[in-house]
Amino acid sequence: MRIRRVGTHALLLDLTLPEEADPAVPPRGETDVASIVEAWRAELWRRRDLGELAAVEIVPAATTVLLDGVTDPPATAARLATWTVTALPTVAAARLVEIPVTYDGEDLPRVAAHWRTDVPRVVRRLRDVEFQVAFCGFAPGFGYLTGLPAELAVPRLPTPRPRVPAGSVALAGRYAGIYPTASPGGWLLIGRTELTLFDVTADPPALLSPGTRVRLVDQ
Amino acid sequence: MNGLVEVLRAGALTTVQDLGRPGWAHLGVPRSGALDPAALRLANRLVGNPEPTAGLEITLTGCELRPTRATTVAVVGAEVDVRVGHRPGDTGRPLAVPGGAVLRIGPARRGLRCWLAVAGGIAVAPVLGSRSTDTLAGLGPAPLRDGDLLPLGTPAGPPAPVDVTVPRTPPAELRLTVRLGPRHDWFTPAALETLLGTAYQVSPLSNRVGARLSGAPLPRAVPGELPSEGLVLGAVQVPADGQPLVFLADHPTTGGYPVIAVVDDVTPLAQARPGTTVRFHGPQR
Repeated sequence: MRIRRVGTHALLLDLTLPEEADPAVPPRGETDVASIVEAWRAELWRRRDLGELAAVEIVPAATTVLLDGVTDPPATAARLATWTVTALPTVAAARLVEIPVTYDGEDLPRVAAHWRTDVPRVVRRLRDVEFQVAFCGFAPGFGYLTGLPAELAVPRLPTPRPRVPAGSVALAGRYAGIYPTASPGGWLLIGRTELTLFDVTADPPALLSPGTRVRLVDQ
Repeated sequence: MNGLVEVLRAGALTTVQDLGRPGWAHLGVPRSGALDPAALRLANRLVGNPEPTAGLEITLTGCELRPTRATTVAVVGAEVDVRVGHRPGDTGRPLAVPGGAVLRIGPARRGLRCWLAVAGGIAVAPVLGSRSTDTLAGLGPAPLRDGDLLPLGTPAGPPAPVDVTVPRTPPAELRLTVRLGPRHDWFTPAALETLLGTAYQVSPLSNRVGARLSGAPLPRAVPGELPSEGLVLGAVQVPADGQPLVFLADHPTTGGYPVIAVVDDVTPLAQARPGTTVRFHGPQR
């Protein structure tokens, strides 16, 4: 882990580097980093709930966790450096959300071609994966779902669609995601759901928040 | 019944703003809020409101409003003409507006944005704890349109007993303090010298999301994409074209272009018209 200063009120935990600065240890791949990010996210939220950490925002992302609104960044950084996350968080304890999906996305053949298989097998595979929300971004309630192995990564569309409907379930890179609102988008569409992903009157407002486990079940 | 404000002329971009909705970035919700929070706080104090009360952020072309009941308002920010009916008013002090009188905020002569506080505040429904319009995520009330009716809240107390506040004239050239990082190591040493040693101009594409700058490109030392990471207010992000962009209140919560530095105080950018010169410097000792 490396702690980077971000302006005057924030710190960035960069989790791409191994704990020991051993040149023989290669940098981690994104696969391992995602679970380490999740472990740190859970630990930092826990410590904030206990009052051991003061931060307005704790924002996990692909390989980092941002702490924003920190009153004394050097002191906080010094304490962070003494904390560890030993085991991965108890995945079973995380909330599981089942999302009914109609698998009729127009890019399923394209995904099948990338995966060198056919559409029914793509759908079966997607139904069997247990995903986890690594982080949110792009739009309120848009979760980046990890769980697909590296070899099933797919590129984005060369030209993004001007409008992707709300509820579209899609893939890009090694992530799956669900568009909470209609927006332009370059992810490959695999299906759609009727569920509301983001509702400002609900508590919590987002169906998917960092750490949530997700299954994309048949409609 | 606290009355309403009728929007006679909304202007180019007038939005409801308070101090935003921090604390939701982990769900992808931008902070939003007034681009110059100190100006909104002052306007609120002048009319006797608690500082975080929602007011209006008025951009460049001004606007015209008509409260249905007598109220007190204050305008703080850009240099603008204010008229109540046919009477000229001042910025930076409380103004009594009779019920049914037209309040005209003229176009900005210098600077770009001003903040209008109304006694009792703009009482639209809060969304995730804030009444701010978020122009990126579309949360909160839509930008004002001609004919809108805005509800007013209950006045909290009497207007502040002030004679005058000192207006801040927007400088012709902005000097912004930055701290390098978190991804300055993705740039060549020459890029860091360029950032701190050359002048940039505010681009017309700037908005509440960010101040886009044009000038000498900032070459990268590390090619490729940075995995998405969390962004802060004032982050100086450098997209593929090498032209820096300073994130303002409606910035996205995560981004995939490297952040070369972070600006300490972005509020001067709230008044920076396109073409304004911006220079960055490191922390002063």
